[in-house]
Formats: sequence, C-alpha cells, structure tokens
Amino acid sequence: MKFGILVNEGPYQHQSSDSAYMFTKAALENGHEIYRVFFYHDGVNNGTRLTVPPQDDRHIVNRWTELGKEHNLDLVVCIAAAQRRGLLDENEAKRQGKDANNIAEGFRISGLGQLIEAGIQSDRLVVFGD
Amino acid sequence: MTLHTVNKSPFDRNSLESCLRLARPGHSVLLFEDGIYGALKGTRFEQLVTEAVKSNSIYVLLPDLEARGMRADKVIDGIKTVDYAGFVNLAAENTRVQAWL
Amino acid sequence: MTENVTKKFLYVNRKAPYGTIYALESLEVVLIGAAFEQDVSVAFIDDGVYQLKKDQSTDGIGMKNFSPTYNALGDYEVTQIYVDKESLDERGLTADDLMNLVYEDEDDDYAEKSSISIVNRDELAKLMEQQDVVLSF
Repeated sequence: MKFGILVNEGPYQHQSSDSAYMFTKAALENGHEIYRVFFYHDGVNNGTRLTVPPQDDRHIVNRWTELGKEHNLDLVVCIAAAQRRGLLDENEAKRQGKDANNIAEGFRISGLGQLIEAGIQSDRLVVFGD
Repeated sequence: MTLHTVNKSPFDRNSLESCLRLARPGHSVLLFEDGIYGALKGTRFEQLVTEAVKSNSIYVLLPDLEARGMRADKVIDGIKTVDYAGFVNLAAENTRVQAWL
Repeated sequence: MTENVTKKFLYVNRKAPYGTIYALESLEVVLIGAAFEQDVSVAFIDDGVYQLKKDQSTDGIGMKNFSPTYNALGDYEVTQIYVDKESLDERGLTADDLMNLVYEDEDDDYAEKSSISIVNRDELAKLMEQQDVVLSF
C-alpha cells in the first residue's frame, strides 16, 4: 500500500515529527511504500541542516535524511511555509537575494500542489501535527 | 471504515470528545502521543471512553503509553494496545485516516 | 498535475484564526488544492467556526486580516462549506454571525447561492465517511 505522510510540526518542539518518522519506518519495514513525506507549517524546520542537537539526543533532521537515502524517499518541504520561516535551498536563496541556504540533504522545496498530489496518488494520507 | 487518530490529552483539548462525537459506530480510534491519557482508568474521561468502547474499536499506542510511565494494566478494559507496526496496519485496513489534531 | 483521478477531499478546520497560523495556512492549501479539480469540501468544527466570524478587523494586532480570502472560495469552485451546528451553539453563535460566503451556480443561470451549510452531527459524520482524503488542520 502507498502512504502519503504530512508532518505539520517542527522537530523537538512537538512529538509529531518523531511519530511520523516511527510510522514511516514501520510502514517501510512492513513492505509498504511511502509516496511522499510532505512538511508543512513549522514542519518545514525538519529540513534545516543547521540543526545541532545535544550529542545524546536523536538527530531528527539527519534521521529523515538517512531514512530518505536508504529508501529513496521524496521528502518535500512546502515553499510558502519555508519562506516564512527562513528555510531556503540554493535556488531560492539566490532568487530572494539571501547570502546563505540551509536545506538539509535529501529534502527538496516545492509547492503545496505536492501535498494535494500526495493525497491523490497515495492510498492513505496520514497527518501528524498539533 | 475510518481510523481516527487522537494525539491530545483530553484534559488539554477537546479532540477526543469531538472525535468520539463524530466517529460512526464501528470506526476505529487510535490514541497516541498525549492522546494516551484518554485511555487510562480513573480519569474523568473514563466513562466517556468506556461508553465508546461499546461501539468503536479503541487502540492505544504502547510505546507512547510506556514513555509516559503508564502500563497496559492501567488501560480501560476493551482498549487494545498496538505498536507502530500495528498503527500502520490499522491505517492500511481502514479506508481513510482522520487526524483529530 | 494529475488529471485523470478525482478524489473526495475534505479539509477539516478545528482551530481559531490569528492565535496560531493553522487557519491561514489551511486556507492556502484549500486554494492551491482547488486547481487540481478534485471534489472538495471544507468543514469548520470546534474553534474552527471562529474562522468564519464576520467583522474581523486586525488593525490593532499588526497581522493581515485574511478573512476576505474566504470570499474567494466560491470563485475557486470550492462551494461545499460545512459548519458544525453544535460547535456554533456551544459558542453562542448563529449563522448570522458568519461571513456570507456565496458562489454563482452555473447550472442555474449563475444565480448567487450560499456555500455554507450548517450541519448536525449525523450529517457531518456522514460527510466525513464519504471522503477519500481528510486533511486536518
């Protein structure tokens, strides 16, 4: 079965990113497919590579990157929500005249249409948020 | 059939109450994250949830329960415990998943 | 864009505006989603009904008043808007407290019609059960 995942909250602040990760991992381990993980609202902060958690804590951003690499996941950050919250990739940084970008490896920035498309293409859309 | 998910403590938000008000008989409800507090015996929501168990399948995510210092024997009779794989199965078995954020 | 699949999408709004960004960013999803020509419904339940309160004026809080955007939903062919009656009742609100959201019915000589239906719990539960995708905010 194909799952779409929506993550609406940022890392560390709220458990929803952890829950979404555990769900995604369990789905993959049980032979399901993940069509896309879409990050919205503060969820876009799951995609910043500047995150530096304490050494004894989980690294939520890297964990998504690694799971993404292992399973070729489509990790998509909403562009409108990302711009509001200061998350940019190289192209966006250039376009907006900013001196840096901060998107983590394995994530891409795209429009809200990607969320709707995930709803259309997935068998189930599962929402994690506050 | 619908899998409803509730991740809020019933003491903090009305997600559980709204979910149970609008879930149809036969629907499944999964309590996870802070939602697990709604699954416990001895709270002022016990009666509401005990009533709901008669018409809905109610599940609680064991890892979230244990993380919060609670054990399965504290859970209201009739509520089943699941792990993340069980959560995935419930999402797959039902036609849709509706989150009560 | 995917053209050949039509699914029933329901957007469920249960949060009040301004205190958090959920209401505004949910509306942005509904507007973008309208371009995909799916069968779209929007429900307002619990504090979500406050999103449709008329006379919003944000001059004093330094935030953009996005409530006029709900008026555009009709133009985007989002015409099935459901408001939970119990949530209105609990909050001492009636239909008169809400914005008048309308659309032009092209099958009825472009007559202006209300997009809002006030529904009871059975109607709402039934609506939810008909959906393919439920997006909650």
